[in-house]
This record gives sequence, C-alpha cells and structure tokens, in this order.
Amino acid sequence: MQDLGIRVLFMGNNLVRLLGGLWVTIEISLLSVIFSIILGILLGLVMTLKNPITRCITKVYLEFIRIMPQLVLLFLVYFGATKTFGIQLSGQVSAVIVFTLWGTAEMGDLVRGALISIPKHQYESGAALGLESGQIYRYIIIPQTLRRLIPLAINLTTRMIKTTSLIVLIGVVEVLKVAQQIIEANRYTVPDSALWIYGAVFFLYFLACWPISLLASRLEKKWKN
Amino acid sequence: MDKNEKLLEIRHLHKDYGNGPVLKDISLDVHKGEVLVLIGPSGCGKSTFLRCMNGLESIQSGEILLDGEVISGEKTKWSEVRQKIGMVFQSYELFPHMTVLDNILLGPTKVQKRSRVDAEKDAESLLERVGLLDKKDVYPRQLSGGQKQRVAIVRALIMKPEIMLFDEVTAALDPEMVREVLDVMLELAKGGSTMVIVTHEMQFARAVADQVVFLDGGDIVEMDDPETFFVCPKTERAQRFLNTFTFEKKEEQ
Amino acid sequence: MGEYAHLYVEAAKLTLTLGVIGIIFSLGIGLACSLIQYYKIPFLKRIVSVYIELSRNTPLLVQLFFLYFGLPKIGVMISSEGCAIIGLSFLGGSYMAEAFRSGLEAIEESQMESGLAIGLSHSQVMRYVIFPQALSISVPALCANVIFLIKETSVFSAVALADLMYVAKDLIGLYYQTDEALLMLVIAYLILLLPISLAAAWLERRLRYAGFGN
Repeated sequence: MQDLGIRVLFMGNNLVRLLGGLWVTIEISLLSVIFSIILGILLGLVMTLKNPITRCITKVYLEFIRIMPQLVLLFLVYFGATKTFGIQLSGQVSAVIVFTLWGTAEMGDLVRGALISIPKHQYESGAALGLESGQIYRYIIIPQTLRRLIPLAINLTTRMIKTTSLIVLIGVVEVLKVAQQIIEANRYTVPDSALWIYGAVFFLYFLACWPISLLASRLEKKWKN
Repeated sequence: MDKNEKLLEIRHLHKDYGNGPVLKDISLDVHKGEVLVLIGPSGCGKSTFLRCMNGLESIQSGEILLDGEVISGEKTKWSEVRQKIGMVFQSYELFPHMTVLDNILLGPTKVQKRSRVDAEKDAESLLERVGLLDKKDVYPRQLSGGQKQRVAIVRALIMKPEIMLFDEVTAALDPEMVREVLDVMLELAKGGSTMVIVTHEMQFARAVADQVVFLDGGDIVEMDDPETFFVCPKTERAQRFLNTFTFEKKEEQ
Repeated sequence: MGEYAHLYVEAAKLTLTLGVIGIIFSLGIGLACSLIQYYKIPFLKRIVSVYIELSRNTPLLVQLFFLYFGLPKIGVMISSEGCAIIGLSFLGGSYMAEAFRSGLEAIEESQMESGLAIGLSHSQVMRYVIFPQALSISVPALCANVIFLIKETSVFSAVALADLMYVAKDLIGLYYQTDEALLMLVIAYLILLLPISLAAAWLERRLRYAGFGN
C-alpha cells in the first residue's frame, strides 16, 4: 500500500504543480519582503525621531500590528476592505498588503534597534577625525548598522514565507490548495495520498526556508564581532 | 606554627592541554601555616598549577595529596576536598543574582548543611573583619571591585578551609583598590592561615611570603625565601624577570 | 451586536485552553532540548538539532494539515484538539529551546567553577547558580514566544476547531455580518493578548532594573 501513496507525487505533473503552488507563496513573500525592507527602513528612521507625535503614531502602529495574529490582519483587509470601501481585493493583493504592513512593522523595529545600538562614541570618534556628518554615516554608521541588520532581514524572509502559508485560508490557490486538489483527484485510486502529499508540502516548505535560515545564522556569527 | 606538617603535597605533576606540556614534572610541598607565593611571567602555568590543586583542571600524571591523602585520583570526592581548599578568582565570580549574604551562605547551608542562623553569625563576623558588614544585603553589582573581592574572600573563608588559593586576585582591580584586598590577605597570613598566592604584586609578595616559587615555561626555576629571592636571586631567569619590574617602575614614576 | 458575543467567548475559551496546554508542553520540550544541547549528549543532540531545524522552518498550518489529514491515512487518528496541541507543541518546543539555550549560554563558565570551588556539586551549582541566572536572561524571549504561540493558534480553524477565526468566518460567510464579525474578532484578540503583552513588558522591565546581570 505504502509505495502506492508516494507514487501520486510523481504521477503526471503533480510535483510540478506543487512547486508552482509553492512559487505563489514565495512570490508573495518576496514582494512583501522587498516592500517591507524599503518601508521598514523609513519607519525605523522615523522611529528614532524625538518628535512625540510620530513616536506615538509609530508605537501604536507597531503594537497593533504585532499583537494581532497575521491571519486576523488578513481577514481585516480581505473581508473588511471589500465591505467598507467596496473594493474587491484579490487574495494575492490582500496578502501583499497585509504582509507588507506586518513586515514593515517588524523591519522598522529592527532598523530602530540597530540604529540605537551604535554607541554614541562611534559618532564622536568619527567627528574627532574631522569627518563630516554625511561621511560619518557613510563610512561608520551605515556599514555597522547593515551588519546587524542583514541577518535579521534575511530571517524576516523565512518568517514571511512561513506566514504566507496562511493565504490558503482566504482562498488563494497556493501549495496547500494544489495539494488538496491532487488528493481530491486521486481520492479513489490512491486513498492514502494525503499522507504523502502533505508530507511533501511540509518538506518543500522546509527546503525553501532552511537554506535562508542557515545563511542568516552564518552571517550573524560571522559579523558578531 | 608547626611548619613541618605537610598540608598539601604535589608530586611529579604533569599537565598538558594537548598541544605541549603546560606544567612539567612539578613537585612541591605546602606546610601548615605557610604562605607560598607563585610568581612568573604570564603563560608560565602558575594559574593552571593553582587550578590543578582543587581539581578545576585535570592532570595527566603525578599526584596531589591533601593531609596525606591522594586527591588527584579518579574517585576523588571533589565536593568534600574543595571544602578544605578555598579559592578566590581574579574576576571575583560572585553570584550576581544573590545578595552578599546569600553569596556567602550558599556554601555553608547547601554544602555543609549548617543552619542559616548559625552560619549567618559567622558570615557577619567575617564581613565585619573585612569592613563590609553594612553591605551584607546589597547585590554584587552595587559593590566596587575591591569590595567584591573581599566578599569573595569571605565566601571562601566561611567554609573554614585548611588552605586558601588566591589566583591573581588583584589583577582586575583599579590601583586604588588593590591595597584593601592585599591588607585582608596580609592579615590572614599573620593569623596563621595556609595560603598559596599567584600574584604580580612583587612588594606584596615579598612582604607576605614564607616561600617564593618562580615558575617559567612550566618548570619551577627557583624556590627561595623572599629575601634571598628578591635581593639576590640564584638563577639568571629569575633575575631577568625581576628586572622587568624595576624597569617598569622607573617608567611609571 | 452582542447577540453573537457568546460565540466569541466560547471560541476564546477554546483558543486559550489549547494555547495554554500547548505552551506548557512547549516549555517542557524546550527545556529538555536545551539541556540536551547544553550537556552535548551524543546522539540525542543530533536529534534535537534536526527537530529544531524542521520545526523552525515549516509553518504551523502545514504541520497541522499533515497531522490532521495525512496521518489518518496510515491509521493514526488524532482529534482536532489533539492535532492542535501536538502541532503547537512541536512548533513552540523549538522556540522555547532557543530561548533557554541563549540564557544558558550567556552564563560564563567561570560561574560554574566558582560554585564548584566552594564545594557545591555540579547539580547544586546548576540549581542555585546557573539556572536562576539563565532563566532571568531567557524571560524576555520566553514571553515573546508565549505571545507568538497564542497568535499562532489562529490557524486552528483549519483543523475544524471552532476558534475565534472560525466563528468570524462563519458570521461573514453565513450571515454577512462582516463589520461586526471583524470588530469582535479584533476585540477578542486584544482582550486575549494585550494583558499578556503588558505583563511581559512589566516583567522584562522589572528584571532589567533588578539587573543583577552585572
């Protein structure tokens, strides 16, 4: 019986379809990560400002986004936007909006953390060498900030890919949905296909995320000192 | 002082980290009431030697005896032996999550199973002796380096050890705090404690030592009473080592 | 709009119950794994690191699908609640392990030596010296994990559990009560998570001020 199940994976173009489904997830993740990094850097800079109004707004934004499960945010945008503004957003677009909102909050906090972790005497010793403020940022502050930030930003990508698995719950056809379709289609010929197909999805996610996690922790170790 | 009674005996000790010997065939006796000072250039193995004495480092061959019993064997109950051998570290190593008093009482209450009330009396009188009774309820981070080190000494003393090991206890201190710690050690020496001290404070070594042991390259190069050693050392290596100090002093002043 | 409130209360109870059980298991798994890594126990150490990589690099939703739809095909039937708890513990265990591990690693080895030097046994040093310090260092990460895991429970509706998301989706799908459903959903999660988040922040601040960590 058991070899029957695994056969489903390699029947027809099933594996290719699964990979295609995973690509939908990864595409949405990558888009969201790119937007998040750009907006997150801006947010992080804004958050270091001493202005009480921007402080308050960014703090509320950050806390709300971080305390809500991402699936709730997804529901808010996907169902809420349609109802409230009468815009029919597709699942994909909703997902990119939500994960960008979430990623921006996470990234913004990381950027802020990296910026304030640069000790003050780094600015001072730059100034003591006679560097101008722009040069201090270019040669001293930004390189150091990037070293702290890059591993964390890479890590955000794996978190994004994992989180994007939620889009199946708002009806986007991605890897889990494709898996369901394959299982459905082979219900009678291969009754135990679910084990193999879902097992395969599990490992596909692992294969997508693991190398990225590994890269992040390598870089983190390398740049620690 | 009965200086003939051997308290700690080290016989043919050999220590190796796997990339060449650190200590080569070292033999040494510490008598009751004696103060032994180990000096030598950094990396000569003096701290390692000290750590071997209470089993923090394993040894490859040789024997260590305390009160005539071998303590370097496989079956040594280090927990019992270490109650008789107190040790103070360069970096104090107080437990940061405990108050001064709790730091001191951990050994007596958990190892010796003494009642807290009883041990507390001892702790307080020892703290008084080192001038820190008023600090008994504060956390280590609120203390200066010199104060931390005095607490660390009390924490070792309360176990009533037969011998105390001091591993460069003033090396991490600001200069003005060195004195307060050395004074405590001098007083212990006067009181007849048996001590093995690793230090770079040559003046202190001369004042406190009964025997000076000069280690270099994992060997005992010279062993003498302090006057002989500091005034006219027998070996050329010891002479050279001592010269580096006088030279440094001239530069400093 | 109160007419559906009781549905949310029931759902929140379910979320919280499963979440708390999962978190307790996660803490147990995490502690065990971190100790195995700390003591570098041969073989088990390997298994733990494979587990941690698998758990941290796959989404809970996919883990649940495998448990709930996949395993019954080889005769392993687990209830929805069982799947939810197993899935959450499988996920949370690795996160908790990392939190404990970073705490243990932050304590210098010289603390162990100094404990041994006053005659404490190895296990006594662990108990009185290493663990209390490691735990206080781990607390912020442990708190963050608790919040993370409760948020993760929001996917439980995928294995047919009537949790908050399930109720909301029902109200939207069957009765078109979108605004109410979403508002109640947000409020429910705020009520659930805000106190935990505030408590965590308070605990963290307290520990930092007690700041015995140097």
